[in-house]
Amino acid sequence: MFGFISRRIAMALVVMFVVALISFLLFRFVGDPVNQMVGVETTPEQREALRQRLGLNDPVLTQFFRYVLGAVQFDFGNSYQFKQPVADLIGRRLPATLELSFASAIFALLLGIPMGVYTGLNRDSWLSKLFLSVSLVGISLPTFFIGILFIFFFSVTLQWLPSFGRGEVVQIGSFWSTGFLTISGLKAIILPAITLGLYQMTLIMRLIRAEMLEVMRTDHIKFARARGLPNRSVYYVHALKNTMVPVITITGLQLGSIIAFAIITETVFQWPGMGILFLQAVQNVDIPIMAAYLLLTAFIFVVINLIVDILYVVIDPRLRTERSRA
Amino acid sequence: MRLKIASAALAMVLAAGTQANAETLKFAFQGTYNQLDPYSLNETFSLSMHGNVYETLVRRSADLKTEPALATSWEVIEPTRWRFHLRKGVKFHNGNDFNADDVIFSADRVRAEGSDLTQVLAADVKVEKVDDYTVDFILPGVNPILHSEWENWPIMDKEWTEANDAVKVTSASDTNPNYASLHANGTGPFKIASHEPGVKTTYTVNDNWWDEKQHNLTGAEFTPIGSDATRVAALLSGELDMAYPIPVQDIKRVDNNAGTSALTGPELRTIFLGFDQRRDELTYSNIKGKNPFKDVRVRKAFYQAIDVDAIKAKIMRGLSEPSALLISPFLFANSGDFSRYPYDPEAAKALLAEAGYADGFEVSMDCPNDRYVNDEAICQATAAFLARVGIKINLNAQPKAKYFAKVLASGGFDTSFYMLGWTPGSFDSYNILKNLNNCRDDKGTASPFNLGGYCNPKVDELTKLVLSENDEEKRNALISEAYTIINNEVSHIPLHQQALAWGVSDKVTVTQRADNKFLLKYVNFK
Amino acid sequence: MTDNTPTLSGSEAHEASRSALARFLDSDLLHSFLSSKVTILAAIVTVTLMLSALFAPLIAPFNPFDLAQISIMDARIPPIGMEWSDPRYLLGTDDQGRDLLSGILYGMRISLAVGFLSVAFAAILGITLGLISGYVGGRTDAIIMRIAEVQLTFPAILLALLIDGIANGIFGNIDRETWAIWILTFSIGLSFWVQYARTVRGSTLVERNKEYVQAARVIGIPAWIIMIRHVLPNVLGPVLVIATINLALAIITEATLSFLGVGVPSTQPSLGTLIRIGNDFLFSGEWWIAIFPGLALAILVLAVNLLGDWLRDALNPKLR
Repeated sequence: MFGFISRRIAMALVVMFVVALISFLLFRFVGDPVNQMVGVETTPEQREALRQRLGLNDPVLTQFFRYVLGAVQFDFGNSYQFKQPVADLIGRRLPATLELSFASAIFALLLGIPMGVYTGLNRDSWLSKLFLSVSLVGISLPTFFIGILFIFFFSVTLQWLPSFGRGEVVQIGSFWSTGFLTISGLKAIILPAITLGLYQMTLIMRLIRAEMLEVMRTDHIKFARARGLPNRSVYYVHALKNTMVPVITITGLQLGSIIAFAIITETVFQWPGMGILFLQAVQNVDIPIMAAYLLLTAFIFVVINLIVDILYVVIDPRLRTERSRA
Repeated sequence: MRLKIASAALAMVLAAGTQANAETLKFAFQGTYNQLDPYSLNETFSLSMHGNVYETLVRRSADLKTEPALATSWEVIEPTRWRFHLRKGVKFHNGNDFNADDVIFSADRVRAEGSDLTQVLAADVKVEKVDDYTVDFILPGVNPILHSEWENWPIMDKEWTEANDAVKVTSASDTNPNYASLHANGTGPFKIASHEPGVKTTYTVNDNWWDEKQHNLTGAEFTPIGSDATRVAALLSGELDMAYPIPVQDIKRVDNNAGTSALTGPELRTIFLGFDQRRDELTYSNIKGKNPFKDVRVRKAFYQAIDVDAIKAKIMRGLSEPSALLISPFLFANSGDFSRYPYDPEAAKALLAEAGYADGFEVSMDCPNDRYVNDEAICQATAAFLARVGIKINLNAQPKAKYFAKVLASGGFDTSFYMLGWTPGSFDSYNILKNLNNCRDDKGTASPFNLGGYCNPKVDELTKLVLSENDEEKRNALISEAYTIINNEVSHIPLHQQALAWGVSDKVTVTQRADNKFLLKYVNFK
Repeated sequence: MTDNTPTLSGSEAHEASRSALARFLDSDLLHSFLSSKVTILAAIVTVTLMLSALFAPLIAPFNPFDLAQISIMDARIPPIGMEWSDPRYLLGTDDQGRDLLSGILYGMRISLAVGFLSVAFAAILGITLGLISGYVGGRTDAIIMRIAEVQLTFPAILLALLIDGIANGIFGNIDRETWAIWILTFSIGLSFWVQYARTVRGSTLVERNKEYVQAARVIGIPAWIIMIRHVLPNVLGPVLVIATINLALAIITEATLSFLGVGVPSTQPSLGTLIRIGNDFLFSGEWWIAIFPGLALAILVLAVNLLGDWLRDALNPKLR
């Protein structure tokens, strides 16, 4: 087990190395940093001096090393658009994105799991069919369109919930600002969180349903039933437990994609998070922000994957033996 | 422990939430407020935001008349020497006194490398301190409109700027921000309480302001909302007290909604199209070896192919005023003498055929998509109009940051056919002639915003005469003469003056200035 | 062998891989198709939409890409049945006076073209890499699977945005009207290949050690022939399932990118572009500009998703 985990950590480091390399190449070779800093009147000599000062004439490997060293200390250079350190810009927006992602993940899990179990157990009930149809529609409507419709109904027509921003935020320490502690903050997060979580919810529901169907035919459930254990304990203790592995995988992986999908939701709801920042960077070719965002999201994804992998081993001991054989 | 802090915070917030700070104005604009350094960017919105915090020697009133501000009076003691008497007892937000040293420092800084506002004060003007509260400006020649753009020249505190190592201006292309780009220290009616570029900026009231307070705010909160739909929705649902611009298609809705109304008025900015007339071959066209835009018949054909009234009716929903000149009729007395070439696609086709392009040609058009009212839609309609006379337009509509980086001097005027909007900062025709119509070199010296490089030495000559002519009537005649040449040669295609459209909650009153500056000092809660 | 995270579709793909082709052709599939009314409906809708998109130039009343046919004076005419409507424009017009019905048909063409091209690109790339990975094994396998794993950490939409941003940075101001579709295809396709590669690799690993493959190898039949002849048919089933579901995803991704303003330009609108334009008119009561393209998009994706769902269940009889 220890060997397995250390192998996964090594793997994660390799991934981060590769991403750092891509991010560096992006930073260094797409959009010449010098061109972004000087005006048209700058003479070639001045440009050369600037290149020298910035260390752009050093061997590429040295530059890469310096970039990684900087990135480890959260130094990603300055944004072309905002003339500010990228790390500050991202740091200030990170809490907004993480809170939104967290809220939507909770929403997706709280609704997705029970719906999945229900539809898995009661395959032919009308409610199951309704859930499934709704979930299909949910998958088929693009996130941005759902967001637009929500704003149209709940903000403009009914005027129940705000359509943009985080509401009132409370600063906790110097790094974190939270919208969870104010009423306007809580109200503001509802629509974006549901918009963002809807797709994940349907995925989780459908996955659990499929797993439940599969597990219900396995021998040990049949055996448990044959032993005369009550249905309820069979379903919830034995069956659900066995569906947990894929659920953890997908939730973990989905958390990653939630952060990515947040780009869309943040745009529609003007949520001041990293996603909007990234989209603006893409539209304005603000390379330092793009590079840093890439590095940061990769880091978050890798950490999540690592946790998922470790949870596997903890939850399902069978995997341990299989893996050590592999 | 952490829990305790959190619950304490919660209690505080809930308490604050109930007595809601009703006098804090919440407003939104479509673009972001990035730099606090007042000399970084010559853009109306940023300048108006700076105007809440910083002040200038002379300012404009609500109806755009020049009035004294940090200077109490001034006189022209010799034709080329202007004397300004400074207001005494004015303090910057940090408590420093305002005096002549600050004016001289600001005059140097606004003309230093990296400043985007160099046009407010010519480089060869000398600034001399007479005493602590008197400053002389010594001009190289007569200039009746020396102070006309000074509302855009905020006075900074010398000691503060030096102490914080922020003397060097953070230019628009600089990636190293200094203290002044994230902090502000002016003499104005409001102070910056917090500033997160692209997210939120909050203001508090400067209780020690020297002037009489007209507003009743306790603070203000600015949020940039890029999406038109979201901005309008936020205003309609009462989350915002003021939002601008309101897209023309939503004006009726904002008006019909209980609790909000739309405030519209003519804007001074003129929207126009321009051609590359300088290069010998267009960069983005299928015509090689020559530049069709050097032929006035082609330019005129383009002009007559575009139905500006249809654009007004359908895209602007009536909220635009087709224009014959590059300047608003409000700013030039003789505007009535000029009229547009009529919309006439047949004449346009004939002109093209005459110029040797009977089968038309292909050219790319550069257009911003987040700068002017319905900019991209106007460009698309233009492409459709031109398609009907055989011209194929490849439309390249981009966010303004990328667009400006391409077409302005810093991008090497990299365009063949473009859309631009222009408000003369001095509210005067000299600014138009100088910036848009004088001959320029490849770097843009002499006429930096003449993107297409139109050039007629006669216009340059007239521009110089306009600058030194003190007699109003003679001056206007000279301007008319220049405009006539420009019109005959179709240097640009003026389209229209767009309308201002602000969305305002019925809880507040605001003052709409025709230069589209929204100033907090005029805002009142009812 | 190195350890491998169980894939999401692991259980499904494995079930399906064993004798997929055989099952694909036997009447079971046909029977299951005919027994599901929803599936038949979905198939009819999908085929109808695809055909009408394909033959848009013949069916559509106007050519929305031909600017000379558009008149700004016809802008924002409501659909038939509403006041001020115009019989020429069944679904009304957009802000430029473009006929919405034609716009939707042509827009769907772009959406489907990008969808199919990127799925084809992803499938070819994924199958090739999967075959190589599974058959050659060793270091090659390790490297390909590592790349796949790195890539899996990046959701498609993010990757596509990033590639678009890089393309913009490298090529500067490219001619979007010509290149947008290819950039979209490339960036969407590149973000979908991993699933194919993993599925094909798994199946290849199983086949590789079977006696007949070993025998073929001993006789000296080239590796690529062995792979194509013996391994490929076995993975067609799951590949088809992945491709169908990916098609729906690709269409949504394209629409999203166009909505975010980094997709196809507004002079050649796809469904996503039309919705982005229409979004600005939603509040002013001109709802049809956003809603009709939105509905067309939703119906198309829903139908394709239903087909994909059915296909997956049909090829995986354990769930039936």
